[in-house]
Amino acid sequence: MGVEIAIAAGKVVFLLLVLVLQVVAMGVFFERKVSAVIQDRVGANRASIFGFAGLGVVNTLIADPVKFLLKEDIVPAGVDRRLHFWAPIMGLIPALVAFAVIPFGDVVEIAGRTIELQVAKLDVGVLFVLAMASLGVYGVVLGGWASNSRWSLLGGIRGSAQMISYEIAMGLALVSVVLTYGNLDLQEMVRQQGALVWGWLPAWGIFYQPIGMIVLLVAGIAESKRIPFDLPESESELVSGYFTEYSGAKHLMFMMADFVEIVLIAALVTTFFLGGWQVPGLGRTGFDFPGGTHVALPSIAIALLQITAFGVKLVVMTLFQIIVRWTLPRFRYDQLMALGWKGLLPLALANVMLTAAFVLWLGGAGA
Amino acid sequence: MSALLFLAVAALTIASALVVILHKSPVYSALGLVGTLALIAMLFLGLDAQIVGFLQIIVYAGAIVVLFLFVIMLLNLQEEPEAFAPSALVAFGLAGGIGLAAIVAIGLARAPLPTGPLRDRFGTTELLAERLFTTYLLPFELTSILLLVAIIGAVVLGKKKLP
Repeated sequence: MGVEIAIAAGKVVFLLLVLVLQVVAMGVFFERKVSAVIQDRVGANRASIFGFAGLGVVNTLIADPVKFLLKEDIVPAGVDRRLHFWAPIMGLIPALVAFAVIPFGDVVEIAGRTIELQVAKLDVGVLFVLAMASLGVYGVVLGGWASNSRWSLLGGIRGSAQMISYEIAMGLALVSVVLTYGNLDLQEMVRQQGALVWGWLPAWGIFYQPIGMIVLLVAGIAESKRIPFDLPESESELVSGYFTEYSGAKHLMFMMADFVEIVLIAALVTTFFLGGWQVPGLGRTGFDFPGGTHVALPSIAIALLQITAFGVKLVVMTLFQIIVRWTLPRFRYDQLMALGWKGLLPLALANVMLTAAFVLWLGGAGA
Repeated sequence: MSALLFLAVAALTIASALVVILHKSPVYSALGLVGTLALIAMLFLGLDAQIVGFLQIIVYAGAIVVLFLFVIMLLNLQEEPEAFAPSALVAFGLAGGIGLAAIVAIGLARAPLPTGPLRDRFGTTELLAERLFTTYLLPFELTSILLLVAIIGAVVLGKKKLP
């Protein structure tokens, strides 16, 4: 019993501290440097530690949180103090908890134990992810309401309407994914993507569900409330929307929740469509090269390779979302709603029908 | 689920249900509702009904109460001077609650719930779907027609032109 708890705790620590939060930090790095490259400027390079400017931006990454944490935490007059305190927490926690069902590797054998590289093996993993994603909206709504400010309130209202609208498209995209794999468990989905089609093409979801991937990615970016979908904050009209009245560490938590959501979307796209931790050709015992050559590898090396593959895919999808953020201008609110309800929703519905027809035609779930 | 855990969750559920009806601020009432629904979802999880539990969170806590909050914030409802409690309604509600509890108790006394180990695959998505689309196909389809009618009704109301 004690060992099992220790293993579970170890998995949580590894997933959050070693994998997710590192990718979040990399996301902030990309945010600084990629935006600079896109806008043809140098980007952050001023912060120095003991006269050492380093890569500039690396020091900025240290200086930024320190600045946030040491700032005075101003609570404006007239706010609902209790909800003002809890809102950033309620925004961040569900996004972090959702990672519990994301598999970051196959299995690893240590000292005779077979350890599944997934924090919680749930039969209904997809539903768990959707549930946690749908709870993230409370941070926005309550932050907006508790701040006792018109801008914040408008931001909160916009946020709630936007997130509910895009959740529907997201859910339908996941329905087509579930139809394809015939399973709700994320680990099983990734295992199914290990096969090869025609002997060379990895059986990744992107080849079975290209429309599902587009819908999930767009809806996911909308859920993370960033440009081009950042109507809840839209600084040109609402100052900074739902977190206008926040400062210091609480502001940092709202920002972090945004970045954790970006990484979560990247993790979901990776798991459903890019083969998760799969490396083409890498099986439980080692590499199988085309042509029948087999190179045996120890279990721990395979696990490390898989975790690395998962991490690389995660970083690539995070980078993609940041490039989108610095490329597109913000939508108008009616355009946002039109895209969600008249664009993504019918597309996702049609995709579900098409997928269902295919599954029926091929006889049984699991493509 | 151990009895202690069940008692703790059940007590919290009742406490947050009381917040819904007793708190003066509509936003806190809505939050109490979220808490109640999330805790009921936990009770479902304790009963090995994972899919029902998570659907509860997705549909109610994640969507319906968010819409409640949306309306509360849109109308900018302020804090009530006192909790909504006309004495006649309280008496009516109490009578109804006690009556319902009595009916449930009598029903359970007459036909006790079956005990014993869970059947194979209990609570899995496959079994639920199998039952829904075989034994309970007609009620299931009727429910979906009911939902469709409600959606059409909402569209008609939304489209109605004001004079």
